[in-house]
Amino acid sequence: MTSNSKNHRNISSLFVMRKKRGDRLFYGLVIGAAGYTLLMVALVAFSVTRGSIDIFSAEGIGFVFQSNWNAVEGRESFGAFPYIIGTLLSSAIAMAIGVPISLAIAIFISEIAPPRIGTPLSFITELLAAVPSIIYGLWALFVFRFWVRDLIEKPLYDVFHGSIPFFAKTPFGLDIFTAGIVLAIMIIPIISSICREVMRVVPDSQREAAYSLGATRWETVRMAVFPYVKSGLVGAAMLGLGRAVGETILVTMVIGNVIGPGAIPTSIFSQGQTLASLVANEFNEASSDLHLSALIALGAILLVLTMGINIVARLLVKKKIKVSSGAKSQ
Amino acid sequence: MAIEETFDAKESMTEGHSLTREPRINETAESTERFKVRIENVNGWYGSKRAIKDVNLNVREKTVTAFIGPSGCGKTTLLRCLNRMHEMTPGAHADGRVVVDGIDIYGKSIDPVVIRRRIGMVFQKPNPFPTMSIFDNVAAGLRLNGMRNKTIIREIVEESLKNAALWEEVKNELEKPGMSLSGGQQQRLCIARALAMQPEVLLMDEPTSSLDPIGSSKIEELVRTLKDSVTIIIVTHNMQQAARVSDFTAFMYLGDLIEYGSTNQIFMKPEKELTERYISGKFG
Repeated sequence: MTSNSKNHRNISSLFVMRKKRGDRLFYGLVIGAAGYTLLMVALVAFSVTRGSIDIFSAEGIGFVFQSNWNAVEGRESFGAFPYIIGTLLSSAIAMAIGVPISLAIAIFISEIAPPRIGTPLSFITELLAAVPSIIYGLWALFVFRFWVRDLIEKPLYDVFHGSIPFFAKTPFGLDIFTAGIVLAIMIIPIISSICREVMRVVPDSQREAAYSLGATRWETVRMAVFPYVKSGLVGAAMLGLGRAVGETILVTMVIGNVIGPGAIPTSIFSQGQTLASLVANEFNEASSDLHLSALIALGAILLVLTMGINIVARLLVKKKIKVSSGAKSQ
Repeated sequence: MAIEETFDAKESMTEGHSLTREPRINETAESTERFKVRIENVNGWYGSKRAIKDVNLNVREKTVTAFIGPSGCGKTTLLRCLNRMHEMTPGAHADGRVVVDGIDIYGKSIDPVVIRRRIGMVFQKPNPFPTMSIFDNVAAGLRLNGMRNKTIIREIVEESLKNAALWEEVKNELEKPGMSLSGGQQQRLCIARALAMQPEVLLMDEPTSSLDPIGSSKIEELVRTLKDSVTIIIVTHNMQQAARVSDFTAFMYLGDLIEYGSTNQIFMKPEKELTERYISGKFG
């Protein structure tokens, strides 16, 4: 009996000690991990800012709005404007094509398909999301660009003969439009996987509420599912947009890589250049400190662009519930 | 009308057309007590599992009918067969006939979406649309079905909230989110949402199971008032509730309808031993 109670005392004191130590370790770990994200943001912001000081002191804020790009020593002049436009345009095309298709896939898997079809399909979507972008890039370069040229660009060109500025450009196949489509193909698996996951969160009671009012499947999605997970869906789209804006190698392979004023797109079938693709193209051969600084500054602009897009998206989601006009006049 | 139909019926019987005329004959014969919902040989399935077995039951107009029975007896499944909600569960289906106002809702040309517009449903847990205001929640069904006239919408919303005994509590905060209400108020909001569609039949699936006693008694009171205008079928696991609110009670066990009769009869002198044992709390 005595030895038993003695043992018991010893064990309990050990237990208390261990618990405290474990807790402290745990707190240290999670706080450290959370701190890591802050540290990374600070480090990236710092090195990008320091790296781009040279170019901004040489060109001023005009760097953002100029379109010259001349790396020849003595005549150096750099401007990021065409590549900002190229980035925004190619990503906009990617989103315009990618988001509706992603949503449709997610709706089909989570709301319409029976589990025996939906489960394998969602597995395949996730598989697609894991394909490296270089694979999409190679396929686009060797196969897809000809489809785009022959099936979309040529017919449009033949019909309109350049009378509509939007489509006016000799069909070539390596241009902003192709880049946009391939980007869409790349981001669809990601956006649709997240959308599906998000839509799964909607409780069935919400769907039944809509069904019981006589809603069709589509009306139920619109009425009960979308509003419930709106912020999650926007978040999914933003994640896709982040990938599209920052995607480098795939874009470099298909966008045409124009430099200077000619890179300002006159139509969606123009050859162009994005911020990321220009950095990838020239970073190895940066001829001077100023040239290098200009490339880093492109990175800085890209960073600001992504952050800006994210902030705007979050503000959009946060908008308060709309009040119906009927209720106000009560 | 009635005479004509009787005449018709006689005629058709003599001519041997009784099969095609059957619904009409029945209606005439039972003209003293009108049946709003006739459940005929209904089976409810989950995959290959038969959850309700050949249930036959007639529900009288403007009464409250309660489905009672232990968990898993099929009472909720049967209720969900009455507006074809059952088949929305993956793998589930139903067969048999459910005749509402002379129309078999399982008929070939019947669109379940249209059926659900006419048969309202209230669920176990209050499920208002979380992003909609109180007003919009009630107006949701009207807008869904294409009502654009704001004056009419406002009138129906007010009327429905009054009928759901919620108007006095929310009339000054209609633009607040539906989720800001208490659980009991949310459930009455859901009832108002169903009433706004002006259903003739209202299905209630254990509507008080997630509410506190005060919230529950308000819903019960409401059920007793509503039966003046709507035919109500209510599933409850609470026998006292069935005794308090219903005119007729159906007792189910393991997918079978064991006994169906007036609530007084079921609770005072049940015919089946199983019913008696359940009523007296010996199992369940």
